[in-house]
Formats: sequence, C-alpha cells, structure tokens
Amino acid sequence: MALVTPDIGLIIWQLIVFLIVLFILRAFVWRPILSALKTREFQIEDSLRAAEHAQEEMKQIKADNEYLLQEARIERDAILKEARDEASHIIERAKAETSDITSKMIQDAREAIEVEKKAALSEVKALVASLSLEIAEKVLREKLSDDKSQKALVEKFIKDVKVN
Amino acid sequence: MLKRSNFLTINKFLAIILLVMPGLVWAGGGSGKDGEDEQFDPSELINHHISDSHVWEITHGIVVHLPVIVYSEEKGLDIFSSANFFGEHEEVKPYNGYVMDHDHITLESGGHVFDISITKNVLFLFIDALILILVFSAVARGYKKNAGKAPKGIQSFFEPIIVFVRDDIARDNIGHKYERFMPFLLTVFFFIWFGNLLGLLPGAANMTGNISVTLTLAVITLIITLFSGRKTYWLHIVDPLGKSMPWAGKLLLYIILWPVEIIGIFTKPFSLMIRLFANITAGHILILSIISLAFIFESLTIGVVGALFATVMNMLELFVAVLQAYVFTLLSALYFGQAVQEHH
Repeated sequence: MALVTPDIGLIIWQLIVFLIVLFILRAFVWRPILSALKTREFQIEDSLRAAEHAQEEMKQIKADNEYLLQEARIERDAILKEARDEASHIIERAKAETSDITSKMIQDAREAIEVEKKAALSEVKALVASLSLEIAEKVLREKLSDDKSQKALVEKFIKDVKVN
Repeated sequence: MLKRSNFLTINKFLAIILLVMPGLVWAGGGSGKDGEDEQFDPSELINHHISDSHVWEITHGIVVHLPVIVYSEEKGLDIFSSANFFGEHEEVKPYNGYVMDHDHITLESGGHVFDISITKNVLFLFIDALILILVFSAVARGYKKNAGKAPKGIQSFFEPIIVFVRDDIARDNIGHKYERFMPFLLTVFFFIWFGNLLGLLPGAANMTGNISVTLTLAVITLIITLFSGRKTYWLHIVDPLGKSMPWAGKLLLYIILWPVEIIGIFTKPFSLMIRLFANITAGHILILSIISLAFIFESLTIGVVGALFATVMNMLELFVAVLQAYVFTLLSALYFGQAVQEHH
C-alpha cells in the first residue's frame, strides 16, 4: 500500500524542516513568550499579594485606631470619674469643715452668751442688793409715820424693782 | 504585527474559503468530467488527492511542476523540473534516463533512485513552517512591545492557547520538569494544527495525513522520551514487578514481560503516528467521497446535498484539526511525564 509506506525523501525533509522550525521558534519565540508570561504572572501574583498585604495592613491600622480610641475613651472616662470623685470629695470635706466651724462658732456663741448671762445675773444680783439697801435706807430715813404709808412705799419700790 | 481588524478580516476570508471549498472541488471535478469523456473513478481521485505528488495541481488545469531532486549511484545527483516528465498532451514520458510511474521515480534501467524531491507535501511543509515562523514571531513581538501589559491583537489570540498547552498539557502531565519540553510541545501542537488547517484548504496537500510526516513526529517524540528517561522509567521497563516477588520467580515472568515492555516503548509512538495519519486522511477521504457521489450518480440534487453535507464535514474537520493536534501533544506530554517521573 503506497498510502502507508513511509517515503524516505519526505521523512528527511520533514525532519529538517521540523527541527529548523523547532530551533528557530525555541530561540526566538517560545523562550521570550514563556518567560514574558512567567514574568507577567509573577507580577500579577505579586501585585495581588501586595494588595492583600495593604488591605491587611489597613485592617490592622483600623484595628489599632479603634483600640487607641477605645483606650482614650476609657482614659477619658477614668479622668472624668476621678475628677468627679475629687470634686465630690472636696465638697464633702468642705461641708464637713463648714459644719465643724459653724458648730464651733455656735458653741463659742453659746459659751459667750452663758458668760454674759452669768455676768448680767451677778450684776442684777448686785443691783438688787444695792437697791434693797437703798430702799431700806430711804425707808429708815423718812421715819415712817404709819404702817400704811410704809407699806405703800415698799410696794412702790418693789414695783420699781420689777420694772428693772 | 497584525492589527485586530486585519486579523478579523483574515478570519472572515478563511471562513469564506472553507465554506466555498466543497463547491470549488465540485466545480473542478465537474469540468474534468466534461472535458475528458472518461468513466469517473472516485478512488483514483481520492488516492490522487491524499498521496504525495511531484506536481501541485491547484485545481484542474492549474498545475505547478515542482523540482525533482534525485540521487542514484549510476547517475549521481540530479535536479530538474518535474515538467520534464510530461509531454505536450499531459502524457507521462521518461526523461534523461528517469521514468515516473504514479509519482514514483526509478531509473529506466530499473535501478533504484534516492528521491528527495520537493514534492507537494514538502512544499506544504515549507508553507506550514513559514506560517508558523511568521505568525509566532508576530506573537513574540507582541510580548516585547506590550511587556508587562495586557496582550493585544494576535498575541491575545494565541496567548490562551499557549497557556493551555503549558498548564493543561505540559504541567499536568509532566510535573515540575515541564519547562524543558515546552518548545517541542508548542511547536508540535501548532505545526500539526496549522498543517491540518492547511490541508483543509482547496487544492492543498494532505501533509499531516501523510504517514512519513506523522512517523517523523512520532520518532522525535520517542527519541525525546528515551533521552529524558530517568532511573524510574528504565527500572520500570527492566524490573516492572519490583520487590513484589523473589528474583527467581520474577526471572520466569520476565521472559514474557521483557519483550512486552520493550515492544511497549515502540507501540506508544506508533499509535501517535497511526492516529494522526488515520484521522486526517480519513477526513479527507470522507469529504472527497461525499463530493464524488455527485459524479457517480451524475445528479444535481445529490451534488447540492453532497456539497452541503461536505460543508458540515468541513466544519467537523476544523474541529478534528485542533483535536488531533491536542491529542498528539497531550500524549507526547504523557510519555515525557512517564520518562521523567521520580520514584514514588
């Protein structure tokens, strides 16, 4: 069968042509194309990885910010609380101090009043004594004629004393 | 560098040629029938088309006489046009001591000649090679021009195919050592694909459906396989049973197994050779047979139906063209993969 009989001439030509094509394409086409494809694939992969990395970083930064904010908020709350405590403490202390002072003042006043009262009383006592002496002296001096006038005189003096 | 619009135009042009091809063949055959009032012989027409020839008959009446290059011990090297074998009325005649019988050249004395002529298939080999180099240098220029950018034009058409050959054919079947086989796999894939497509053009040679061409490709695959064979590959052939039984028992089995393994080395490329040859030749025979029906029955109706059917077959052949290129490349990659695999 001619159809399935290999022809040596055609085999030689095919070998020559195919090998020439193979070597030309290998040197000037396949190698640059494959390396270009590889480089581009690496580039794409790198860019993707970089993008992912950036996203990750962004997330990290965001988380950091959030954390800082949270921290700041907590600190602010703490400061506020402290200030409030301090304020209430001061008020408390002031209140306590004031009440102490007032009570002391009241006490002092009371004591002063007591002293004054005692002084006044002793004065009154002294006055009463001197008045009594005066009355007695007057009574004795006028040499009372009758009892009736003596009595009226005494009553009159007593009235005067009451007024005082 | 082809621009996108040009590329589309070429696609359209090719599509038109492929669509009208059955018609052209029909017209060619028809005029032949009218001219010479002979009995129409489809098997001769088909055989003439699918075999190699010293003349390139583009269509009936348009003939290119190709150069004959012959060497014989008696007459040495001779180069002349094959037109010398034809007389004024297209009859075959001897020339300068050589005779040509059905495209087979011998000496008039009956001696053997070594025929390395530029036949129709050799011419199409050159055309295929030229197209490959032109197309892919354009593609390669695209990579230089658009370095680091998205592919453009013809580059973007071939890039997915190149990536497919790399990822799905080479890397999947060979493993991490695939890179050194890439030039061969890509070349063989596009060589066969373009050759198959060229063969579908009207008046073209059945180049990739020729046993010599497929034999050469298969032998190259075999040689690469054998030369890249690793310890595991040879061990698998010499000692296929491994440590599964004592050596005395193995020796008995190996009397049968060794021949099988050694034959196995050659049956793989043999199947490559036969598969490509048979698929492409069968496609050509099928289309030509359908068209020949019109002349066998001498009916216009069958002619029209046949032409339509042949068009459908042509579409199928377009698919077969790329499928067979894929299969050849895939199986080659598979054999390379077996050759370079590590012990596991």
